[in-house]
Amino acid sequence: MTDVDLEAQIARWRSFVTRRQAIAPADVDELEDHLRGQVEDLRTTGLSDDEAFLIAIGRLGNLDTVSREFAREHSERLWKQLALVPRDADSGLSPAWRDLAVALGCAVGAGAAIKAGGTWIRPEDTFVRNAPLLVMPFVATYLAWQRRVSTRVYGVLLLGFVALALVLNLYPYDPAGSTGALAALHGPVLMWLLVGVAYVGGRWRSDERRMDAVRFTGELAIYYTLLAIGGGVLTGLTGGVLGLLGADVDTILGNWVMPFAVPGALLVAVWLVEAKKSVVENLAPVLTKVFTPLTILMLLAVLGVLATSGDLSHVDRQALIVMDAILILVECLLLYAISARDPLARVGVFDVLQLVLVVVALLVDAVMLAAMVSRIAEYGSSPNKLATLGVNLLLLVHLACTAWLELGFLRGRRPFATVERWQTRYLLVYGAWALLVVVGFGPIFRFA
Amino acid sequence: MHIDKDLVAASATPLVLGILADGELYGYAILKRVAELSGGRMEWTDGMLYPLLHRLERLGYVAASWGTSEVGRRRKHYSLTPSGRALLRERQDQWEVVADALRKAWESTQRPLLADGLA
Repeated sequence: MTDVDLEAQIARWRSFVTRRQAIAPADVDELEDHLRGQVEDLRTTGLSDDEAFLIAIGRLGNLDTVSREFAREHSERLWKQLALVPRDADSGLSPAWRDLAVALGCAVGAGAAIKAGGTWIRPEDTFVRNAPLLVMPFVATYLAWQRRVSTRVYGVLLLGFVALALVLNLYPYDPAGSTGALAALHGPVLMWLLVGVAYVGGRWRSDERRMDAVRFTGELAIYYTLLAIGGGVLTGLTGGVLGLLGADVDTILGNWVMPFAVPGALLVAVWLVEAKKSVVENLAPVLTKVFTPLTILMLLAVLGVLATSGDLSHVDRQALIVMDAILILVECLLLYAISARDPLARVGVFDVLQLVLVVVALLVDAVMLAAMVSRIAEYGSSPNKLATLGVNLLLLVHLACTAWLELGFLRGRRPFATVERWQTRYLLVYGAWALLVVVGFGPIFRFA
Repeated sequence: MHIDKDLVAASATPLVLGILADGELYGYAILKRVAELSGGRMEWTDGMLYPLLHRLERLGYVAASWGTSEVGRRRKHYSLTPSGRALLRERQDQWEVVADALRKAWESTQRPLLADGLA
């Protein structure tokens, strides 16, 4: 064995040890110094590099045991993985600090944009339609910067956002009509796809990268929810105390804190997800395992009520909208569960549960479609009804194919990767539909 | 010779402190010294030394500083602090009592053991 081999062996050992959370990089340095000292001494006794390395590794002890001993001494390390930026950033601005600084800059930018928009964009519904447009470009910019994307990707992002801004603002929407509201509702989907393009660094054609974007979106939802809850408690308590002390805080909260906090938290959450990818990822499978059975129960309850309610064409319109929201939520849960699953793991109980969830959701969707079709037959169509019908048809196809592929996976006919690939590819179909609603529905329905 | 791990654990701290009392050393050198002092009969799992050193550092008995080895590697050196020195003295007293008691106990049982063997 040559010196090169020894170096390679030590490098491999290093990367192996570095993965132990309880052993800090400085400790690895220390252990490496030890290992090299030992190897050198053993070599002088006439051993080959290979033998010397093996003996030195052996004397260092079983890595699990040593790592456990380190963990006992440094139990905080198992938790402090959540530390935001490395503390021993000795020279200048470390990359972690720079990321945070840029993220905070984008957060302030998004807050200022929302504040300015809320002040100057009139009427109210125009502002609501534009609000995501004031925030998402900042998210995309941060991610694009962080990923160091090419100029071409920057160009695509810029073009996408400008085109959306033009459509959302130049189309002469009828304030009493629904196409404007539909565009406002579907616009963020397209914007999020643009954010996704930034997230994957422009490589949106790759299934793996798209799955990463799905994971990122799910993690982001968790982080954002945590931040929102924390922020809500904090502002609630502060507002309560200041209110009791006689200060008028409602206007300050409404006019200044909220416009900055709501978009700002999104940027901070984006940064958090990126900064600490590895920590909450472990939470995702647990969360999906908790919520999949619960969602099945919920959907069964909905199905039961629908089945006993009689005439489908008289199902309340509001109820249909809420059920649509439920189905979209189920879809997200499904996507997230699939993204969190180890594709190489064997078939387990949870996979069966997941198939049950898909099938139940499929049934609910079919009943809803029947209700919608009968409503359209009875009362005629409208942009709103067609948009909902479209989404439900897309969901039906998505769920049906997922069920089929999962069944194949459960029976051992297909690898799990086919289920995954179907999900990531189908995302584009939703994007295309959102594009149709945003760009096409206005002219088709004469902006009514 | 195999030495019971509880005994190794109990003697590790005073041994390390005693070795460091002679001057600053780094991990591998401490282990070499242990082998030297015991004539190679005390075998530690090398990796276990470091958590111990870190514990002693956290408790303030040793001070650590990063330096470089003769070939330019990063190397962590440990030295005894005044409170480490005090702990060492305390441990020395305790071990002397234990060793003394053991010696006396074994001296008095030596004869019956030998007698058994001869019988």
